Amino acid sequence: MNEFASPVEVAEALKRVHYLPNDRISQVVYLAERLDKPVLVEGPAGVGKTELAKALAEIYGRRLIRLQCYEGLDESKALYEWNYRKQLLRLQSDEAADWSTIEDDIFGESFLLERPLLEALRSAKPVVLLIDEVDRVEIETEALLLEVLADFQASIPELGTVRAVSHPLVILTSNNTRDLSDALKRRCLFLHIGYPDVDREREILLTRVPELPQQLAQQVAGVVRHIRGLALRKAPSVSESIDWARTLLALGIDEVNEGVTTDTLHVLLKYQTDIDKAAVDLAGS
Amino acid sequence: MISILTSFISELRQVGIPVSMVEAIDAARAVEHVSLEDRDALRYSLAACLVKNAHHLDAFDAAFDVFFSLQPPVGESLEEAIPVAAATSSETGGADLHEIMAGLMDALTQPDYDSMRVIARRLVGLLAGIQPGRPVGGRYYLYRVLGRLGAEGLADRLVAQHPEAVGLDQTLLGDEYRNRVGDFELMLQDEIRRRLVEDRGKEAVARTTRSQLLEDIDLARAPRAEIARMEQVIQPLARKLAARLAHRRRHLRKGRLDIRRTVRRSLSTGGLLADPQFRAPRISKPDIVLLCDISGSVATFGYFTMQLMYAMSTQFSRVRAFAFVDGVEEVTGFFTPGVDFHDAIVRLGREADVVHFDGHSDYGNALEQFLERYPAAITPRTTVIVTGDGRSNYRPARGELLAEMSRAARAVYWLNPEPRRFWNTGDSVMGEFAPSCNGTHEVRTLRQLESFVEGLALAATTHRTAIKV
Repeated sequence: MNEFASPVEVAEALKRVHYLPNDRISQVVYLAERLDKPVLVEGPAGVGKTELAKALAEIYGRRLIRLQCYEGLDESKALYEWNYRKQLLRLQSDEAADWSTIEDDIFGESFLLERPLLEALRSAKPVVLLIDEVDRVEIETEALLLEVLADFQASIPELGTVRAVSHPLVILTSNNTRDLSDALKRRCLFLHIGYPDVDREREILLTRVPELPQQLAQQVAGVVRHIRGLALRKAPSVSESIDWARTLLALGIDEVNEGVTTDTLHVLLKYQTDIDKAAVDLAGS
Repeated sequence: MISILTSFISELRQVGIPVSMVEAIDAARAVEHVSLEDRDALRYSLAACLVKNAHHLDAFDAAFDVFFSLQPPVGESLEEAIPVAAATSSETGGADLHEIMAGLMDALTQPDYDSMRVIARRLVGLLAGIQPGRPVGGRYYLYRVLGRLGAEGLADRLVAQHPEAVGLDQTLLGDEYRNRVGDFELMLQDEIRRRLVEDRGKEAVARTTRSQLLEDIDLARAPRAEIARMEQVIQPLARKLAARLAHRRRHLRKGRLDIRRTVRRSLSTGGLLADPQFRAPRISKPDIVLLCDISGSVATFGYFTMQLMYAMSTQFSRVRAFAFVDGVEEVTGFFTPGVDFHDAIVRLGREADVVHFDGHSDYGNALEQFLERYPAAITPRTTVIVTGDGRSNYRPARGELLAEMSRAARAVYWLNPEPRRFWNTGDSVMGEFAPSCNGTHEVRTLRQLESFVEGLALAATTHRTAIKV
């Protein structure tokens, strides 16, 4: 595993894979590696929380295992499940056999279906485990994660405790639609990613849309900052400002002015009331 | 380091940020991996270990700045930042300020953050006039420096340097300069804080500069800037509340046995009724009638209640809002979906006819008008929520009118933004209203408001009328 000697090296490595971190991000990532703790990443949608996990997998040269959370996610989807069809077949194919041998057999490795959490724990090479949108699971299901996050182990009644062969780097993301339990938060380092400042946003635009002229990137970043400053229902995210930059390029526009902005606001904003409000504001400037 | 860390953590707990033992240990371990000269690295590392809620970051930063304030500058002088002429004419007072100001404008235009920092130090020394031992917060001195410097409209003056920028360019330039001026103010604050800490010590300064958590700010006394920040959390708060309620409802008792689905399900078990199915319980959502006092001091509170109730409106079958001072008027129409809440409040203030006589609260008259003009508003399905301080300016309270409403409605709750110990003092007539209410609640902070609304929506599903706050 690649170890980084300082947060600056983390930042440089991330930049090489086209993820532009701010100081806070690289510092927390560095600390997570040193303290061997999971990171809980929170922030508005579209600021690059999931991208961060992907970029980390790339710089550490690890495989990314992703557990997408949703309401109703349970043990059999997150941790493990017994392949009961195969177990049934095994029972039927050999009815004469002694029960104790069968029992040992059907609760063995070959009948176990690994789900993402178990897969991450049992991987011989260390992986990056991304638990995406953890705020979507019910509070009861959160408890399932606690053992994995704190001790890097999981308990399976029939097999006993499975300890991690190698410690995964765990990234959890949350859109903050509900408060996570204190128990979960305690076990993680907390990283809040907000909207980037103008300079970082310009750099992100130039990295993601390489054919974008410098001057236009600066203007796009400036306009997006201005629009985020208005009291809107949904402020434009980074992914939306990238979309907007691409739109401007596709339309062959090389300079942003009020008219162009007003005509293309629907790329940045998703509510009609927000669009109207921004249009009024721009017309007044 | 450990001793600074422990007193820092106890300061965080004072502010209301919950820091557990495990997290404190993490912080101590984290410090080993940070170079202590790098203040930001330390800030980010400690924040990652100790703060687990994004809304608490501001309060954390305020405390951090005090406990790990800047070291006094070594071997730096003003000459590096601004022309020598200015530095040498320091005895001439007024002229000197002009020179510094010119240097500052230069530094802001470039932008040259190092020079800005040096100028900030110099200015605090010259203008803040910090008096040893005086227990005031850093803001007081900040305004003093800015005032004496004549810094109002600084960003606009900077924009005026670029007459070629018009329209959108001008707006964007304004944003940029306001940002830089904001950064400069932060530098001033840093320097002021450093001097205060030198003078009075960390703990004492922390006490006077402590910034309250958003959910604990007194709604009636919050400054404008805080109100704006609180308004931004209303929507997410409502969303979280709705999610929590949906979760709780799922786990409440199940509905009646669904025979059709049970029998159908039994086909897979050979006709054995092994897996009973239940109907989803019918959720009776209450009708809400809001009666908000919007006179003077309690207006903010009334608006917050309206805003939260409207944000939560999916949890209720209907929400009607009425505003009153000494007259009353229905204001439901101002809050159609999609309308910006702020615009609605402005329109409401202009157009709603709620002042009947002199613009001081008159509960008796308001209640009488309400019953007269909207007799059909209250039905046995209605939950009435009154917000106000119950101070009737020595006019008749007419408690019997509220009692009449209470008999017609399913429940009446009174939310009062005053501390409970002030009720029934002076012109407060809470005592006359309280017997007709199913509950009277002191609601001074967002946290209390949130907990009341949650109780209200939940009580509806469990058919209770008492709400715990």
